[in-house]
Amino acid sequence: MTTTADNKPEPVTSGAAADPRRSGTIVVDYGRGNLFGLVRAFEQLGERPIVTEDPESLRSADRIVLPGVGAFGDAMAELNRRRLVDPLIEIGRRGTPFLGICVGCQVMLQGGDEYGQHAGLDLFEGRARRLPEGNDPVERWRIPNVGWRSIEPSGLPSVVDHLAADDMVYFAHSYAPHMPAAGVVAATMSFNGHVIPVALQQGALVGVQFHPERSGPVGLSVLERFLRLRPAAAPT
Amino acid sequence: MISRPPVRLVARLDVKGPNVVKGIQLEGLRIVGDPAAMARKYYRDGIDEIIFVDIVASLYQRNNILEVVRATAADVFVPITVGGGIRTLDDVVAALRSGADKVSVNTAAIARPGFLKEAAEAFGSQCVVLSVEAKRRRNGRGWEALTDNGRERTDVDVLDWVAEGERLGAGELLVTSIDQEGSAKGMDLDLLVAIHDRVSIPVIASGGAGSPDDVAQVFARGAAEAVACAHVLHYGLAEVPDIKAYLTGRDIVVRPSPAF
Repeated sequence: MTTTADNKPEPVTSGAAADPRRSGTIVVDYGRGNLFGLVRAFEQLGERPIVTEDPESLRSADRIVLPGVGAFGDAMAELNRRRLVDPLIEIGRRGTPFLGICVGCQVMLQGGDEYGQHAGLDLFEGRARRLPEGNDPVERWRIPNVGWRSIEPSGLPSVVDHLAADDMVYFAHSYAPHMPAAGVVAATMSFNGHVIPVALQQGALVGVQFHPERSGPVGLSVLERFLRLRPAAAPT
Repeated sequence: MISRPPVRLVARLDVKGPNVVKGIQLEGLRIVGDPAAMARKYYRDGIDEIIFVDIVASLYQRNNILEVVRATAADVFVPITVGGGIRTLDDVVAALRSGADKVSVNTAAIARPGFLKEAAEAFGSQCVVLSVEAKRRRNGRGWEALTDNGRERTDVDVLDWVAEGERLGAGELLVTSIDQEGSAKGMDLDLLVAIHDRVSIPVIASGGAGSPDDVAQVFARGAAEAVACAHVLHYGLAEVPDIKAYLTGRDIVVRPSPAF
């Protein structure tokens, strides 16, 4: 972990200053969640994101952040209503750095099973499913899963591969990614005896089930790693 | 063998106008400091979460709680919950837009329980904390839920109400023992165990923590997922790292205080 609140890193060049056609980091606003805290976390890292719900301005983004709270279907409905779904899929597929947080991570999957079956952005193979219940009445982990948890990096190069065993990040969720293959799983969490994917990465496409913007210096270090990602070559 | 998840240590700041205040059983309030400055100190000390309670529910008045939330969220990067005067979905939006991650609701939920359901459907259960102010009944038969920051009686039974709150979609409970509040004499373990057994959602215990051991006792009994501290922190009876070290020494897993 290299970033701290007091020890600010060099500002990350977004490209926006150099090229007026580029928009730097864009935080997608679809009417849900604590965007203020997310923007402030990026500002702490020297980045000034643009918050917008305008589909056109997304296309000029150097990187996209898709936050989210609430239910999967509700989040997709809000994205649809604002005509953001197609631009997000296009941007994700062409290799622009893309970070989904919490429900923003879940909607990057093929679909989700919260309050019915819903289609997602299909940027990652897999579905958002409810966390598994525990059997032991005393030792079981409660749902929603709220609090600070250790996560285990998988060994793949990713924005969380620097986390140490005693680093913890903050979760607040009842659903999580369920993946058919381990290929894109960057980190997992142990929950009621099950191994749950909580960070996904493929090239510059990143999804995290936890809240890096609420996870203290450790979380800020994850955001800083995301800011340093380069666009990936578009998958063939 | 599954071990329990890490517990949370929460700082609770009761706010009146521009100040953090503290009383005993929510009465006899004294000013103890500036909300954002205190929150910032606790953040640097390693607190896991901040809860602001606007004890005069002045959401739309001057110096309102949302200004406090904004000032805090500017450089405090742990979850922030705000309660006191949250009555409508627009109030929730305003709180989230100001930098809150969750809202806690008491009076409005008792007046109209459907509000919990509407808020959970719009923002997700993880955003909706049901706040319960519990006062032990004189006849010893359980606890009565109070509203308006402990000022009003309701005759609502606390244990029935928390079960109903969970059913309606609350994602967490903030349980304040009015009997123990501000006493620094320990938490109401009977109340917490009874509530914890009754629901399946996480519980934040509040009221009565005066020492690291008071906090540890709650977790050792498995009676809550989080403990909210006010008096013990505000009056410097113990600091956040002291409490966390004490918990760690008793094999209670908690996030280590970060190195800044």
